[in-house]
Amino acid sequence: MEKGKLQEYWATNLKYLIGLLVVWFVVSYGFGILLAEPLNAIRFPEWTGGGGFKLGFWFAQQGSIYVFVILIFVYVTLMNRLDKTYDVHED
Amino acid sequence: MDVQAWTYLIVGLTFALYIGIAIWAKAGSTKEFYVAGAGVPPLANGMATAADWMSAASFISMAGLISFMGYDGSIYLMGWTGGYVLLALLLAPYLRKFGKFTVPDFVGDRYYSNAARTVAVICAIFVSFTYVAGQMRGVGVVFSRFLEVPINIGILIGMGIVFFYAVLGGMKGITYTQVAQYCVLIFAYMVPAIFIALQITNTPIPQLGFGSEVAGGGYLLDKLDGLHEQLGFTAYTDGSKPMIDVFFITFALMVGTAGLPHVIVRFFTVPKVRDARVSAGWALVFIALLYTTAPAVAAFARYNLINTVSNTQYAELPSWFKTWEGTGLIAWADKNDDGAVQYVNGKAFAGKPAFAEGQGAQGQRLISNELTDNDNELYIDRDIMVLANPEIANLPDWVIALVAAGGLAAALSTAAGLLLVISTSVAHDLIKKQVNPDLNEKSEVMIARISVAAAVLIAGYFGINPPGFVAQVVAFAFGLAASSFFPVIIMGIFYKRMNKEGAIAGMLSGIGFTAAYIIYFKFINPAANTPDNWFMGISPEGIGTVGMIINFIVSFIVAKISPAPPEDIQELVDSLRYPKGAGEASMH
Repeated sequence: MEKGKLQEYWATNLKYLIGLLVVWFVVSYGFGILLAEPLNAIRFPEWTGGGGFKLGFWFAQQGSIYVFVILIFVYVTLMNRLDKTYDVHED
Repeated sequence: MDVQAWTYLIVGLTFALYIGIAIWAKAGSTKEFYVAGAGVPPLANGMATAADWMSAASFISMAGLISFMGYDGSIYLMGWTGGYVLLALLLAPYLRKFGKFTVPDFVGDRYYSNAARTVAVICAIFVSFTYVAGQMRGVGVVFSRFLEVPINIGILIGMGIVFFYAVLGGMKGITYTQVAQYCVLIFAYMVPAIFIALQITNTPIPQLGFGSEVAGGGYLLDKLDGLHEQLGFTAYTDGSKPMIDVFFITFALMVGTAGLPHVIVRFFTVPKVRDARVSAGWALVFIALLYTTAPAVAAFARYNLINTVSNTQYAELPSWFKTWEGTGLIAWADKNDDGAVQYVNGKAFAGKPAFAEGQGAQGQRLISNELTDNDNELYIDRDIMVLANPEIANLPDWVIALVAAGGLAAALSTAAGLLLVISTSVAHDLIKKQVNPDLNEKSEVMIARISVAAAVLIAGYFGINPPGFVAQVVAFAFGLAASSFFPVIIMGIFYKRMNKEGAIAGMLSGIGFTAAYIIYFKFINPAANTPDNWFMGISPEGIGTVGMIINFIVSFIVAKISPAPPEDIQELVDSLRYPKGAGEASMH
């Protein structure tokens, strides 16, 4: 494959990585640590009529982990599609 | 059947299973021995990775730690899972494309330098031994408590089992045993968690029960905050660590996790780059199952513990209290002679309990420590919370036995993965790559087997005679992985211009700074280990983050002022970045 195409592929990959890592940072360091205190004023989950979690605490001990799992699968999907588009997928 | 009979039965069955798998998965070639022939399906690899990485500490100690730390325990939860995101996005696919056997291999080839390779080998071996000693100790604790054999016999039995399947099966045997061990450990973790969630909150899902109302009204976490306030502790959902320290420790644990050699090597075992990506995702799913349950277990255990012991007469305490007192992991000093347990904030006495002969007025074990002048009378070792939890909640005997089998599965699976890293480092990175390149494959496998055997013996020795500094060196292992491997690998992939000079200078300055900081505060001057003396308020546990930043900066500057890496290395970096096109995924 020509060089320009490959560079384009790599640039898109980096763009995905930055986007995903921003989310990664926001849910853990942002919601779970830096903003934990203000977020703790919000009760969660609302729909049970009040909620037993403070939101900042929930992000630190539960929410961030769920988001981490989702992030990896989003990455896998994006990259598999990108590999196909640029014809660098295996088999 | 009593607890002990159940334990013998369940532990015996699981051990028979592991040995059976080892015989079925015997390794023939170096490729099978080092990376399971690179033929492991991603889902199975995800499970094996989860078992590999969740150690005795995750299974036995983590929920206990969180139970006593409350919000501050989040550093472990986010730190150890968040590292997987970095691993999946920044390392795993590229390292798989590189297609060699080990992390030192990557460092040595990418930086065209045997010096860099050697630094990496030494780090890998140090990190692995630190870890493995802890695992062996975990095996010993479980054996001594549940099977009532001396700790040392327990360690010998554990060594025997690991020896058998690691030496025989190499990575292939280890991988498939780890799949079985994951199933055992997650079942053993979830069953008591579900029982207790039902008991306390009437919800079968611990993750939801965690935020539900307790029987008798009020949300669990609010109740806990209330109890904590009453007894003088910081509220359960608030931390007592400074925010900057929480931030840096979490970061050090994340990049440390991503840099652990026994975890990285797992992504060499799948067939394709695509598989490496998705298998990190599956690993995190399997890990998240335990890691989202742990904080719930921690809160349940805390609630149960306070309600059971606080202001209860010693004579009326349930039997688990006395059993664990017998092992020396619980101690009670009746400071005000009222016969009841006062459990409030503060240490009942300094250090670990030293037991004296004879019994106190209530029949408790006497301790000879000098008592502090606060009102707290109770000492509880944090490690017992998970093991004692089923007893505290009055669960059936077979559940208690199951927890013992789960703890063993967690310890053995991690130990095996680490032992393999040690043996590959010796047989492949040192002997084959540096001492004797003409070594044929058969002899290499033989040397790898001998080094596993030697590593098992050394690990067992450290398990039986634990160096007093095991707890301290864990911070060391993560700090080292964070400040050495992580930056070097990241730059190797994402910065084509990074050269040998930059990488070596970066590694040495990162490790040098981190090691000096930890050694100073943990070994040379432990008395000064307080927030006032720390650099920017960052504890030795979190300093790996700073070491990592130093590594990045130094290597970047040095690379800028020294010659670019050779043409073929730049091509190698190019080939890592594309699953296909610039050289196929290497089949080893």
